[in-house]
Amino acid sequence: MSGQETSKQPARPRSSSLIIALTAISMTSGLLVVLAFQLTLPRINLNKQRALERAVFTVLPESTVRKNYYLDTDGLTLLPDDSFAQANVYAGYNDQGTFTGMAIEGSARGYQDIVKVLYGYSFENQSIVGMTVLQSSETPGLGDKVETDPEFLANFIQLDARLNDASSALANPIVTVKRGKKIHPWQIDGISGATVTSKAIGAALRDSAGQMLPLLVKYESSLERTIPISKGHE
Amino acid sequence: MVNDPRLPEPLSWDTFQQGLWKENPVFVMLLGLCPVLAVTNNAMNALAMGLATTFVLICSGVLVSLLRKVIPKQVRIASYIIIIATFVTIVDYAIQAISLDLYKALGAFIQLIVVNCIILGRAEAYASKNTIVNASVNALGMGVGFTFALLCLGGVREVFGSGSLFGFSLFAPSFQPWSIFVLPPGGFFVLAFWLFLFSVIKERRKAAAQLKQEAGNAS
Amino acid sequence: MQADSLTFIFLNAFIINNFVLAMFLGLCPFLGVSAKLKTAWNMGLAVIFVMLVSSTCAYAINTLLVRYNLEFLRLICYIAVIASSVQLVEMAIKKLSPALFRMLGIFLPLITTNCAILGLALFQTNREYNFTQCLAFSVGAGAGFTLALMLMAGLREKLELADVPDVTKGAALSLTLAGLLSLAFMGFAGLGGQ
Repeated sequence: MSGQETSKQPARPRSSSLIIALTAISMTSGLLVVLAFQLTLPRINLNKQRALERAVFTVLPESTVRKNYYLDTDGLTLLPDDSFAQANVYAGYNDQGTFTGMAIEGSARGYQDIVKVLYGYSFENQSIVGMTVLQSSETPGLGDKVETDPEFLANFIQLDARLNDASSALANPIVTVKRGKKIHPWQIDGISGATVTSKAIGAALRDSAGQMLPLLVKYESSLERTIPISKGHE
Repeated sequence: MVNDPRLPEPLSWDTFQQGLWKENPVFVMLLGLCPVLAVTNNAMNALAMGLATTFVLICSGVLVSLLRKVIPKQVRIASYIIIIATFVTIVDYAIQAISLDLYKALGAFIQLIVVNCIILGRAEAYASKNTIVNASVNALGMGVGFTFALLCLGGVREVFGSGSLFGFSLFAPSFQPWSIFVLPPGGFFVLAFWLFLFSVIKERRKAAAQLKQEAGNAS
Repeated sequence: MQADSLTFIFLNAFIINNFVLAMFLGLCPFLGVSAKLKTAWNMGLAVIFVMLVSSTCAYAINTLLVRYNLEFLRLICYIAVIASSVQLVEMAIKKLSPALFRMLGIFLPLITTNCAILGLALFQTNREYNFTQCLAFSVGAGAGFTLALMLMAGLREKLELADVPDVTKGAALSLTLAGLLSLAFMGFAGLGGQ
C-alpha cells in the first residue's frame, strides 16, 4: 500500500498518500461506529422506554399502559408507540384500557442546576396525583431529600391544580410553603434544609401546569378515553 | 513472538507492571485528572469509568500497533484521534445499552475519554512502536493502574460521603454521612490526600535506602 | 429567573457550576499553567476565544448531523472539527495580527486537546441549547475558566515564598488549594434560585 512505502523513505510523502491513509482510517472507523450503533440501538431504545414507563407509572397510579402525545398551541397529536422521544406528554391507561391521567414534564432552576420533574395530572379530580424527579444534581443529603422524603412526596398524592373559570390559567398557583404551614390544597409542604429545591419543584409544577393544563383542557377532545387492551384478561 | 528481532522491547512483566505503580497514570504522572475527580463520587461509577477507559486503551493500542507501518508519520496524531474517538463512541453506546442509570451518572464524561491524555500518550509513545501483544499488555497495565486509582478515590469518597461501598451500607443508620466527600471539593481533597500519602511513602523509602547505604559504607 | 435565560446560563457556567472547580474540566492547564498571573490571564483569553469558535462550529455540525440522522458520528466530527478549526484560527491570527499571536500563540495548540473545549461542545448538545444560548454558555465557561486559573495563579505566586513541608510540595498542595477554592465556589450555589 502507498502508506507502507512512505514510511520507509524519510522524504516528504505526496499529499495524495496522506489523504488516502486518512480516508481509509476514517472509513474503517465509520464502519465500526455504524456497526456498534446498529447492534446496540434496540437495547438502548428498550432501556429508554423502560425508564420512561417506570416514571410515568409512578406518577399515574394504577396505570399499566402508556400512549405518547405531542401537545402545543396547535393541538394534541397522538404519536406512534415507539416515537416516545418526540412526545412531551404521556397518557396513562389502567389494565381495563381506561384513561387514568396525563404525565407532563416540568423544570425549574434548583440549588445547583436545573431540576426536571414528571408529574401526573388527573382530569377527574383536577389535581396532580404524583410527582417524580427525572433529573437533578442537588446536594446529597440535603437537596436530594425531595426524591425520597415520604412526607414531602405525600404532597403530591392530591395537589389541587384546578383551572380558573375561563380555563386559561391555574385558579390558584401552586406554591411551596414552610413545613407545617400548609393550609390550602394547592400548597406544597416544603422540606427544611432543602428549601431551595422544594421551592424549585413547586415552581416547576406551577410554570408547567399553568402553561400545559389550559392547552390540555382545550384539546381534551383529541384524547383517546379508552384504548383496546391487546393482552386482555381471561 | 518474544524473540522477534524487530522488537524494540521484549515482552516482560515490566511491560504490564509499568502502569500499575512506577508510572501510574494518575498518582505519578497526574494525567487524565478530569474523569478521576468528576465521576468518582461512588465506587460503582469509578469502576465503570475505569473499565471503559481500559477498553478504549486496549482497543486503540491494538489498532494503532496493527497499523503502525501503514499510517504515514505526518498524519499519525489525526489518525490516532480518529481511532480513539471510534472506540469511545462504541463504549458510549455499549454503556447506554447496559444501563441507562449508569450512563446518566457518568454523563458526558464517557465521551470525554477521547481527550484523556493517557490514551493518546500511550498510542504515541508505546503502541506506535511495539507489537500488538506488547501494546495490549502495556495498555492493560495502564488501564488497571487507572482503574485502581479511580477505585482508591471512589471508595474513600463513597464510604465517607454516603456511608456505603458499591451501594451496600456499611454503617448503622445513625451514621451521618460527610456529604462534602461526594461534592466537588471532596474530590480535590481526597486526591490531594492520596498524593500526599504516596509522597510520604516515597520519602520514607528513600530515607531507608540512604540509611542502608550509609550503614554499608560505614562497615 | 427563567431556567433557560441567557443570564442564568452564563452565571451557571461562570461561577455556580464553574467548569474547573465544580465540573473538573480543563484540569491539566489549571494545574500546569497557573504558576504566573500574567500567563494565566493570556491562557484564559485564548480559552475564551477558542471556546467561542469551537462552540459555534459544534453547533453548526450538530445541526447538520441531526438533519441527516447521523448523530452517531457526533463525537468523531466534534473532535476533528475542533482540532482543525483551532489550527486554522492559529494560522489566521499569525498572518493577521502578529501581536495577538505572540500573546495567545503558544497556548492555542495546548488548548486543542483540553477537555474543557470538547466538554463545552458535548454539554451544549446534551442540554439542547440554541445558538445564542450556546454563545452565552461558551463565554460563561471561558470566563469561569479564566477566573479559576487566575485565582489559583494568585495563590500560587504567594505560596512561592511560603515555607511548606517538603512532602506536600507540588501537586498535593495545588490540589488542596483547588479544593479550598472549590469549597468557596459552593457558596454561589442557589444564586438566582427561586
